[in-house]
Amino acid sequence: MALTYDLIAQGVQVLVVLAIAPLVLGVTRKVRARLLRRVGPPLLQAYFDLWKLMHKEAVLAYNASWLYRAVPYVAFAATWVAAALVPTYATGLIFSWAADLIAIVALLGTARFALALAGMDVGTAFGGIGSSREMLIASLAEPAMLLVVFTVALVAGTTQLSDVAAHMISSPVGLRVSLGLGLFAFVMIALAENARIPIDNPMTHLELTMVHEAMVLEYSGRHLAMIEFASTLKLTLYFSLLICMFVPFGLAPAGAPLPALALGMAVYVAKLFVLAALLPIAETAVAKMRVFRYPVFLGGAFAAAALAVFLLFVSQRF
Amino acid sequence: MPVVFSLSVVLSLWCVAGFFAVAGVAVLAGRYRFATPLVYGIAFLVSLVALTSALLALTGGEPTALRLPLGLPWVGANFRLDALSAFFLVVINLGGAAASLYGLGYGPHERAPLRVLPFYPAFLAGMNLVVLADDAFTFLVAWEFMSLVSWALVMAHHLVPANTRAGYTYLVMASFGTLCLLFSFGVMAGSSGEYAFAAMRATPPEWGMALIAFAAALIGAGSKAGLVPLHVWLPLAHPAAPSHVSALLSGVMTKVGVYAFVRVAFDLLGQPTPWSGLVVLGIGGITAVLGILYALMQHDLKRLLAYSTVENIGVVFVGLGLALAFQSNGLNAAAALALTAALLHVFNHSLFKSLLFFGAGAALSATGERHMDKLGGLIHRMPVTAVVFLAGCCAISALPPLNGFVSEWLTFQAILVSPQLPQLTLKLMVPVVGALLALSAAFAAACFVKAYGITFLGRPRTPAAETATEVDRFSLAAMIVLALLCLAAGVFPSVLIDLLGPVVTGLVGTRIPGQAAMPWLSIVPIAQSRSSYNGMIILLFLASSGTFTALVIHRLATRATRRSAMWDCGFPQALPVTQYTGSGFAMPIRRVFGATLFHVREQVDMPRPGEMRAGHFRVKVFDPAWRFAYGPLVRVVGVTATRLNRLQFLTIRRYLTLVFCALVILLLVVATWR
Repeated sequence: MALTYDLIAQGVQVLVVLAIAPLVLGVTRKVRARLLRRVGPPLLQAYFDLWKLMHKEAVLAYNASWLYRAVPYVAFAATWVAAALVPTYATGLIFSWAADLIAIVALLGTARFALALAGMDVGTAFGGIGSSREMLIASLAEPAMLLVVFTVALVAGTTQLSDVAAHMISSPVGLRVSLGLGLFAFVMIALAENARIPIDNPMTHLELTMVHEAMVLEYSGRHLAMIEFASTLKLTLYFSLLICMFVPFGLAPAGAPLPALALGMAVYVAKLFVLAALLPIAETAVAKMRVFRYPVFLGGAFAAAALAVFLLFVSQRF
Repeated sequence: MPVVFSLSVVLSLWCVAGFFAVAGVAVLAGRYRFATPLVYGIAFLVSLVALTSALLALTGGEPTALRLPLGLPWVGANFRLDALSAFFLVVINLGGAAASLYGLGYGPHERAPLRVLPFYPAFLAGMNLVVLADDAFTFLVAWEFMSLVSWALVMAHHLVPANTRAGYTYLVMASFGTLCLLFSFGVMAGSSGEYAFAAMRATPPEWGMALIAFAAALIGAGSKAGLVPLHVWLPLAHPAAPSHVSALLSGVMTKVGVYAFVRVAFDLLGQPTPWSGLVVLGIGGITAVLGILYALMQHDLKRLLAYSTVENIGVVFVGLGLALAFQSNGLNAAAALALTAALLHVFNHSLFKSLLFFGAGAALSATGERHMDKLGGLIHRMPVTAVVFLAGCCAISALPPLNGFVSEWLTFQAILVSPQLPQLTLKLMVPVVGALLALSAAFAAACFVKAYGITFLGRPRTPAAETATEVDRFSLAAMIVLALLCLAAGVFPSVLIDLLGPVVTGLVGTRIPGQAAMPWLSIVPIAQSRSSYNGMIILLFLASSGTFTALVIHRLATRATRRSAMWDCGFPQALPVTQYTGSGFAMPIRRVFGATLFHVREQVDMPRPGEMRAGHFRVKVFDPAWRFAYGPLVRVVGVTATRLNRLQFLTIRRYLTLVFCALVILLLVVATWR
C-alpha cells in the first residue's frame, strides 16, 4: 500500500512537470508581450502549437539518417527524466535517489549532445553553426554550473536534491553570502542553457545570431513538437531546480499526508508562475549579446560561483 | 623471502610465454598468407586465458609470487600477482583480446605483415610482464622491452615521413622515461642496492629521497601515460601505428604508465606527503583541459583520439592526486573513493578508447582517409560502425547512462569530500581542479560531437566517403563487444566497483562500501543521504519514456513522413563543401580558449570582388609544450653539442687527462656520499 502511494506520488510529479511546462512558457510569453505593450498570445498557445505540430506531416531531408529521427525522442526523454527527478512539490519521492544533482545536469548534457549531433546530420551550414555554438555555450556554462553544484553541496552536505531541499527547509541555513552568489551564477547559467536573452533569442528565426533555433532548423512536424516540448520542459526544470535549491520553502516533507502534498503542489505552482513572470522582466531589460561576448557573461557566472565555493572552503559559515 | 607457488602467477607467466611463442611463429611464417589469422587468432585465445587468470586472481584474494632464475644472479626474476597487478592484467588482456579479434579482420589489409605480426604478440607479452614484475630489474627490462616493441609497431609504416619523425620522438621520450624510472628505483633501492619490490616496500626512503624518487617516477611513468608536457610523442606515435595497435597504445599502454605510478606512489613509497597530492592534482587538471583542447583542434581522426587519451589520463591523475592528498592526511575512506574513481576510469577508458580507435580504423580501411574533412555521411554507408562509434562517443563524453559518466561522477564525489582536508592550499586547489574537470568534460562533448558529426553525419565530402562499405565481421564483432561492455559498465557499475575493492584495500587500507548489497544496484559511495546514482534506473526511464512518447505520438497523432530536399532556411547549397568542417566547428572554442593559450593565428586571404582566384584561410596553432619546453631544450642541446664538438679533436694526452679527472671526480662523489 505504501509502495503504491509512493509510486503515485512520483507519478504525479512525472506528469505534473510535463503538463505544466507549456503553461509556464505561456506565462513567460504573455508577460513579455505585455511588457512590450502587445496583447500577446493566449496563455495556452504553447499547447495549441504542440498539438498542431504533432498532427502535421514530418518532412525529412533525403539524406536524413535514423539518428535524425531518433534524436527528438532521445532529447525529450532525457529532459523529461531529468525534470521528473527534481523534487518539485515533495521531498523523498521514491526514485529521488536514482540521480543526484550532478547526474541531472549530465542528463541535460545527453539531450544537448543528441541535439547537436542532429544539427549536423543533414549537412547544412545552419545546423553546423547552431551545433558549434551550442557546444561553446555548454563548455562555458558547465564549469560554472559545477561550481554552483559544489556551493549547494557544501552548504547542504549532499548532492541529493531531495536532501538538499530538506536541509534548506529544516535547518537554520539563513541568508548566506555563498548561496546568494550561487543563485546569481545559477540564474546566468539558466539564461544561457535555456537559450534566452542575452545569450540567444528564442523568438528569432532567419538570423545568424540564433543558436538553438539554427541547430533544429531542419525539423518539422512531430519531431519539432518533441524538440519544442523538450525545451519548454528544460525551462521548467531550471525553474524547479532554482526552487529546490534556493527557495524550497513549502515543499511537503517525505511521506506527508495528502493535504500537505496538495499544499506543496499549490506552493510549487505559484512559485513557478512567479519565476515565469520574472524571466521576461529580466529579458526585456537587456539586449542580445554577440557571440564572442558570451565568455564575458558566463565568465561572470563562473567567477561568482567560484567565489562562493572559495568562501565555503574558507569557512562553512559563509 | 618465501616463494609462494600458486596457479595464478604461473598461469599468467605461461600466457606471456604463449605470446612469445606466437611472436616466434610470426617470425617464421610471417611471409605466408595464413600467418595473419593464425597470429591474431592465437593471440586472441591467449589473451582470453590471461584475462580469465587475471579475473580469478582479482577475485581470489591472496597475492602469489614466483622467482625464476633469470636476470641478475643475486636478485633473480621476481614475479608477483597481487590485486593491483591483477586489475591491470584485466585491462591489458581485455584490450589485447579485443584488439586481436579486430586484427583478424583488419590485419589482412596490412601491406607488409612482417613489420607488424611478430611485434604484436611481443608487445602484449611486454605489457603483461611489466605488470607482473616484482623487482626493479625485471620491471625495467620489461618496460624497455615494451617500449622498443611498441616503437617497432609505430614504425610499421615507416615509408611515411611523418611516421619516422613520430618514431624518433617516441624513442627519445621513451628512453627518457625509462631513465627517470631507473633513477627513481635507484633512489628507492638506496645504498643497500636491494632491487626487489618487497625490500623497497619494507624500507621506504627518507623524506628527501622519497621526494626525489616520487618526482622521478611521476616523470617516468607520466611520460608513458601522456601527462602534459610529456605528452608530445603520444599524438604523433599513436596514430602512426595500424589501428588495432593504436587502440592498444592509447587504450592500454598508457594504463601501464598509470600502473607504474600507482605502484611506486601508493605501494613502494609508503605514506605519501600532501605536497605530492597537490602536484599530481594540478598536473592532472591541466593535462585534462589541455589534452581535450588540443583534441578539439585536430582534423586527423586518430590524432584527435590520441589527444583525447591525454585528457582521460588527466582525469585519472586527478583521482590519483586526490587519493594521495586524502591518504597523506589519514582520510583513508576518502582516499579509497578517489582511488576507486581513478581505477574505474582506467578500466572505462580502456574500453571506449579501444572502441573509438577501432571505429577510426574501420573508417580508414573503408575510405583510406583519416582526415575528417574528407569524410562525412558514413552513417549511411557503414551503419553498424556508426552505431558502435556513437556509443563510444557518448561514453567518452561522460553522458549517462554509459560508463564514462560513472567514473567522472565518482571523481566529483571525491572532490566534494575535500573540505575535510586540513591544508588550505589543497582546499583551494581542489575546487579549481573540479572546475577544470567540468570544463574538460564539456570540451570532450564538443570534441566528440565534432568527431562524430563531421565523420559520420552530413553529406560525403569526397568520392572515397561516398563509396565506403561496411567493414568485415571480425572488426564489427570486436567493436560490438566493446560497445556492449561500455553499456554494461555504465548500467551495472556496482559489479566493477566491488571488483576494485581488494585493489583499493591493498593500497590505502580500506575500501568504499560494498555496492552489491545496495538496493536496486545503485552506487552509493559514502551514504545514501549524501549521493547515489543508478544507471540502470536511468536507462530504464530513458528507454521507457522515449518509447512511450514515440508510441503515443504515432498512435494518437500522426506518423506521416515525407522526404524532400533539405530546407536550410530556403537556400540549400547542393555542394557538400558548404557543410561545416572540423576546423569551422571548433572555431568558437578555438577563439575563446585558444587565442592566448595556443597562440592561434588566423590568416584570411580573400580575393577582391571580381578576382578569379581561390580564397585561402590558414590557422596556425602552436603547441605551448613545443614552444616553451622542447624548443628551448633542443636549442640548448644543439648549442652545447657544437661547443663540445671540440673535444672530438684532442690529442691522446689530453684524452688521458680527461679520463683521469673524471675518475677523480667520481671517486670524490662516492667518498662524500658514504
